[in-house]
Amino acid sequence: MSEIISAKKEEINLDPKETRISVKRKLEPYAFLLPSLLLFGLFVYYPFFKTLYMSFSLTNAHGEFQEFIGIQNYVEIFTSTDFINSLVVTMQFVVITTIPSVVIGLVLALLANNKIKGIGISKVMFAVPIAVSSASASIIWGIIFHPSIGMLNNILKTSIGWLIDPHWALLSVAFVTIWMNVGVNFIFILAGLKNVPREILESSSIDGARYFRKLFKIIIPMISPTLFFMVFMDIMNAFQSFGQVNILTNGGPGNSTNVLVFSIYREAFFNGRFDTASAQSIILFIIMFVIAIFQFSYEKKGVHYS
Amino acid sequence: MENKKSNIMLLIANLVVGLLIISPILYALSVTFMTTDQIHTMPPKFLPKNFFLGNYKDVIAAVPIFRFIFNSFLVATVVTIGQIITSCLSAYAFAFYEFKGKKILFIIMIATIMVPGEAIIISNYLTISSLNLLDTYTGLILPYLTSAMGIFMMRQYFLTVPIELSEASIIDGCTGLQFLTKILMPISKPIIGSLGIYMFLLTWNQYMWPLLITSKPEMRTVQIGISMLKSAEVQSFGMMLAGIIIIIIPSIFIFIIGQKQLIDGMTSGSVKG
Repeated sequence: MSEIISAKKEEINLDPKETRISVKRKLEPYAFLLPSLLLFGLFVYYPFFKTLYMSFSLTNAHGEFQEFIGIQNYVEIFTSTDFINSLVVTMQFVVITTIPSVVIGLVLALLANNKIKGIGISKVMFAVPIAVSSASASIIWGIIFHPSIGMLNNILKTSIGWLIDPHWALLSVAFVTIWMNVGVNFIFILAGLKNVPREILESSSIDGARYFRKLFKIIIPMISPTLFFMVFMDIMNAFQSFGQVNILTNGGPGNSTNVLVFSIYREAFFNGRFDTASAQSIILFIIMFVIAIFQFSYEKKGVHYS
Repeated sequence: MENKKSNIMLLIANLVVGLLIISPILYALSVTFMTTDQIHTMPPKFLPKNFFLGNYKDVIAAVPIFRFIFNSFLVATVVTIGQIITSCLSAYAFAFYEFKGKKILFIIMIATIMVPGEAIIISNYLTISSLNLLDTYTGLILPYLTSAMGIFMMRQYFLTVPIELSEASIIDGCTGLQFLTKILMPISKPIIGSLGIYMFLLTWNQYMWPLLITSKPEMRTVQIGISMLKSAEVQSFGMMLAGIIIIIIPSIFIFIIGQKQLIDGMTSGSVKG
């Protein structure tokens, strides 16, 4: 492609009248990139370096710089039981949301991956959670989880305080998150199944034992790139969860659902500590960065065993 | 025969699981038609006694819900159009031009994927606040007017368009910008549609950013406006859910009509064969 361009340029340069056009074409791409570059500069790079800078500073309650204090904010957060607890809670949250999200997504995709008449409607139903915001999902589930008049306790004949009992709160928030993830996981895994030859999927749909052997020996290895992609995507999403925690539990009871982003939010906007909140943000960034590096190296190796 | 029977079984299994997944939404819809007394009956009922519309009247009276919808609609529309414009411009430069610094500029833009929005949201809040843009549409919109994902997606698509097409139209007297707007963008309609629907839905459902930068009720977006009902002094489940149903309808509507584009957009470039 570049050869064509340079060939054309030489051609054009022979004619002095056309030279102006070629100069203009040289500047044009920069003009086209300018809007995005300015926006990325102002709302990604500047805030990133500002966050890094604030994480080494003392700030006042308005987030204004007071003085440079080195790594003191990091020392403070890593010696704070609240922050360590928040990291532990976040890790637990990531594990208990990611695995079920992918497994349920896979089951739904296997169910819907056929050409039976009327299957379209179930595909829509499987994918609908994509369209539901974290705020809407949280409010609906919050009512279902209500200890006395909620449907869940009524169906299970229990009287569990799903969101107010520290043993259950994180699981309940995770459950809502899994529900929110299921649609996306389903869509991606279904797209991945398109690469599995139809004969492999179809001939196996009758005999149960043979089907499971095929599932684990052939189908899952074949779609493993998609499955790994979804695992990483769900991990990243789990690390960035905020809405459901803010609406369902406010980080409680007793910090049992105080995930990292909620902790950052509370530190900055309720405790007025923009400096330690920035240090926590940098930790979030580092964690996500490491996960992304893992993902890239996996993708390069190719998770394809067959 | 055997095959037909197993097909019916499979279809039934699909429908049962599908209903199970959407049951929270159906239940929410059902509760909106119940009176407060019915909602508080023990044991709770799945279906309303009759078609009670009081909850919808209450939520419309309690909060400026149509204002929230207008706000969200405006913000999501401008963000979507803005992203399409900035993404197409950048992608066009990367796909059709050779220029100094192309590689590094591409890396600078795509690397922004590595910075999670939540990690810089505090700094962005401080920026918007120092520009006196809290509680404004500009503040809600400005940081989201471009995205690495949009640029990457459009570039991937533009690369499949033969460069001779651009060369021919330049020789015909088309400027670069004319080629983009008159030829390239019209033939890229499907992918622009995918990007647009995805971005609209994402912005409509946004939670943390509008929560931070809006405090006046008339500037709230739907997600924040409705979740505020939860912290109201007198909680009414019926009213809260009526609000949810009102704001969920546009998303589900867009989701159903734009399903194919949305799915193509989400999975493009990420699932390899």
